[in-house]
Amino acid sequence: MDPTALNSGDTAWMLISTALVMLMTVPGVALYYGGLVKKENVLNTLFMSLIAFAITSVIWVIYAYQLAFGTDVGGLIGNGANLFFNGITSATLAPLAPTIPITIYAAFELVFAAITVALISGAVVGRMKFKAWLLFVPLWITIVYVPISHWVWGGGWLAKLGALDFAGGTVVHLDCGIAALVLCIYLGSRKDVRLLPHNLGYSVIGAALLWFGWFGFNAGSALAANGLASSAFLATNTATAAGMISWMIIDIIKTGKPTVLGAITGAVCGLVAITPACGYVTVTGALIIGFATSFFSYYAMTWLKPRFGYDDSLDVFAVHGISGLWGALATGLFAAPFINSLGVGLFYGNPMQMVWQLIDIGTVVVWSGGWTLVLAYVLDKTIGLRVEPEEEREGLDISLHEESGYRI
Amino acid sequence: MLKEITAIIRPDKLEEVKNALAEIQCKGVTVTEVKGRGRQLGVTESYRGRDYKVDLLPKTRLEIIVNDKDTDDVIDIILKTAQTGDIGDGKIFISPVDDVVRIRTGERGEKAV
Repeated sequence: MDPTALNSGDTAWMLISTALVMLMTVPGVALYYGGLVKKENVLNTLFMSLIAFAITSVIWVIYAYQLAFGTDVGGLIGNGANLFFNGITSATLAPLAPTIPITIYAAFELVFAAITVALISGAVVGRMKFKAWLLFVPLWITIVYVPISHWVWGGGWLAKLGALDFAGGTVVHLDCGIAALVLCIYLGSRKDVRLLPHNLGYSVIGAALLWFGWFGFNAGSALAANGLASSAFLATNTATAAGMISWMIIDIIKTGKPTVLGAITGAVCGLVAITPACGYVTVTGALIIGFATSFFSYYAMTWLKPRFGYDDSLDVFAVHGISGLWGALATGLFAAPFINSLGVGLFYGNPMQMVWQLIDIGTVVVWSGGWTLVLAYVLDKTIGLRVEPEEEREGLDISLHEESGYRI
Repeated sequence: MLKEITAIIRPDKLEEVKNALAEIQCKGVTVTEVKGRGRQLGVTESYRGRDYKVDLLPKTRLEIIVNDKDTDDVIDIILKTAQTGDIGDGKIFISPVDDVVRIRTGERGEKAV
């Protein structure tokens, strides 16, 4: 098979994968978050994810894709050629995946960018101005996401260094988790910080759609319909199931009763943790990664959060930040060269891999945390970041959108 | 003389109570979904390792206007059908009513019940 000619099998799989990942944001994340908030904020919460997807879709084709995945300039950024996709035809192949068209490659990367920014909303629901969110989304994608995705996936300096991130443990999850933490600290606590889901069934459906869509996210990141994609598929499912079971065990030990919210939270933690590792590790590695990750995220939620007193409404940092961090480290430990020749982890005799992983993690923490703080400051001083106290009391659905989720 | 009987009962007992009342020809009833608490002070729910006291529980409120002589029959029926013996069965309040007017005809008093 010619590795630089269009392959219809690969192309078909990437078309499907892209649609699967789209489903993760709209409606996956939207429902997962929407069910957890109080009923006066359900529409606002759903809307934050929906509009994040739409805004990212538009800026991605105009300029963001070209900067993230255009020809590398000095390891730092893409060259920005072909703005508005001018000059690209239906026959143009993706330079970084030359068996599929560039258009589906760009769409696949687009749905990753969109879910990353949508995930941040979970930390700030219930108090952030919607208009501030409308500006935060394109600015954050441009300033934070585009460079990081270029460095790790677009042929930038972290990729050249040898950092491993198969499907976005650092680019997506650590990235959004850190941004979420910074933004929620900047915004301050809600008046009512209790987590009392108004419709946990929504969240179960949302989490199930995440799990389903994640096969596109992880197995699709092979960028081909091949053995590596299949290996990533099985690793993903294994870690997710292990994460769900281990969270349930923690629940039983801690409170005596298994909870549904705990089970779906554990599943999402498993998905997040296996994301950077899925194309490098064995099934045994996936089991360990998935089983362990719930312990770290549970600890972050029940110990770290109350201790420092930040109001991360739906625990984006604990789930995506901490499980993403663990996944990135675990990739450096468990990467097996017989699964993917590009990755040799510590347990297979390459301790330096841990150094590359730590550099990747440190870079993402500093870049995402620093720029998110700058963006929060600038938006706060210009249009304001937080809703008025009476708007928050009344609920954001009525006060910001003049709609209500329920008339029953 | 007319009485108002207000009963706060378990929502899942509504059908039983309503049907039993209809059998003794007590047909008119106004039903409201309400929230409240009694001596038990609600239940505990646990989300992501944190416990929350949910101190207002869903209940169903029945308002029934009856002639004085029927009051005890109605109370008996509600007691018999709504009682489980566990905490949270609810309460019945009885109070006098000055007058009743049927809007359709303008009838007043016992004829209007």
